[in-house]
Amino acid sequence: MIQLENVTKRFPGGQEAVSGLSLSIDKGEMAFVTGHSGAGKSTLLRLIALIERPTGGQVIVDGQNTRRVKRRRIPAYRRQIGMVFQDHKLLYDRPVFDNVALPLIIAGVGHRDAGRRVRAALDQVGLLHKEKRSPETLSAGEQQRVGIARAIVTRPKLLIADEPTGNLDPDLSLEVMRIFRRFNEVGVTLLIASHDIALIDKLGCRRIALADGRLQAPEEEEVDEWL
Amino acid sequence: MAVTRHADAVAPVRSSGPFSIWMSRHASTSVGALGRLARHPLSSLMIILVIAVTLALPAAINLVVKNAQAISGGWDNALDFSVFLKQEMSESDAAGLGRLIEQRADVASVQFISATQALGEFKEQSGFGAALDQLPDNPLPHTLIVRPSASNTSASMVLLQEELTNLPETEHVQVDTEWVQRFHAILDIVRQAIAIGAALLAIAIIVVIGNTIRLDIENRRDEIEVTKLIGATNAFVRRPFLWTGFWYGLFGGLLALALVYYGLYLLQGPVARLAGLYQSEVAIASMTAGEAGAIVGIGVFLGLFGSWFTAARHMRRIEPR
Repeated sequence: MIQLENVTKRFPGGQEAVSGLSLSIDKGEMAFVTGHSGAGKSTLLRLIALIERPTGGQVIVDGQNTRRVKRRRIPAYRRQIGMVFQDHKLLYDRPVFDNVALPLIIAGVGHRDAGRRVRAALDQVGLLHKEKRSPETLSAGEQQRVGIARAIVTRPKLLIADEPTGNLDPDLSLEVMRIFRRFNEVGVTLLIASHDIALIDKLGCRRIALADGRLQAPEEEEVDEWL
Repeated sequence: MAVTRHADAVAPVRSSGPFSIWMSRHASTSVGALGRLARHPLSSLMIILVIAVTLALPAAINLVVKNAQAISGGWDNALDFSVFLKQEMSESDAAGLGRLIEQRADVASVQFISATQALGEFKEQSGFGAALDQLPDNPLPHTLIVRPSASNTSASMVLLQEELTNLPETEHVQVDTEWVQRFHAILDIVRQAIAIGAALLAIAIIVVIGNTIRLDIENRRDEIEVTKLIGATNAFVRRPFLWTGFWYGLFGGLLALALVYYGLYLLQGPVARLAGLYQSEVAIASMTAGEAGAIVGIGVFLGLFGSWFTAARHMRRIEPR
């Protein structure tokens, strides 16, 4: 689903967020990217979402080389990917329902069809009864679940999440991860950036450890944890 | 929290009936933009008022010129040529020439004033009677007062004047319409000035709307970033701002119409009184339906153009970070 070949992202200042990174994530896989802040987790996800372009190497998502996606085609490209953010990025001037419906409106889905899908998505994150609420009135965990509903309402094959549990307590984190797990079970590929190693171990998923923009062997990381 | 079946979960997003969806999307976006204006009634009203006054000003001046032209247009052909004939002409020849000219299609009537008649009138009116009696000869020529027919255009008037001047018997032709032509020339200048002024005011409207939209875009920057992040095109994020510009232009144009019509209403009484004093039935010419439509149309166009121009420039710059 995702192939990175010797990918480098160098910022104008000269510092490299990702250096010569190669990795592959299969279709239907659920993988975590771990590492300290500044290790390149976010940059990796941003490269996949085409928020950033690599300065070197190739990023191939679902058979598409992102280098060949023209600026004009970026919106259509992004619509194939579900994205979840640490700060939810909800729109607070409209109710939960409208927030979740937004990707469908952008994609040009008809009114009735959209309503059905929004309710299905909200049902999957357990928030069907709160569709008319303003996101501001929801707890952090509920807001994140609205964000997840919005990411999956278009039924993407790939879902990427940047620190989705960053602001949540362990119980809520586990709840969110369980939701992700259920999507994975129906065939969605997931790539999740997180630093919550205990939680990831509990789920027993593949872990991609990054340090200074490079892949790191798991043993090294354990040592790193203790330092 | 039932999980959907596998096939259902990975089914691609399908659009049904692109045109009806496009229509309903525009409908909801336009209503949304209208709602936004209604949520800030005072500031929206201010902007609409600025647009309305800016549109109403040239429209009103244009109406004044139009009326001035309509009134003075009647004077053009009502005024006469005084054709002074050569001194050596006999009275009967002069009268004969007058009858000849009267037969022309572009001449309504010719009045013959003989030299003797003219001198008599002059004596009476000038008060130089005694002095004039001392003159050995009558210094005045025979005169034909030529009244052109009403069907004359300004071009055929010029032609008639030329032909009268070129007659071998003519000494001099005096045109009493010259000042009317000057007045028309002045009106033409005013017209031109309105056109220039209107162009400047149009730019002002574009700037006002552009600036408002720019502030609006800045206020909704986060929203734009988020929608772009989940796959919205520039056209999609631009759409609500275009509708905002459209509404500003439409309401501005309609209010401009209301202002002009109210002005006409206020002037109706005084004009009727003036017309009464002249015992004429002059009424103010109002705007035609086309002109009224043009004001609203120009408002809408400027609103759309101003917002499109600004939105296109700013949308590109706002990218998710």
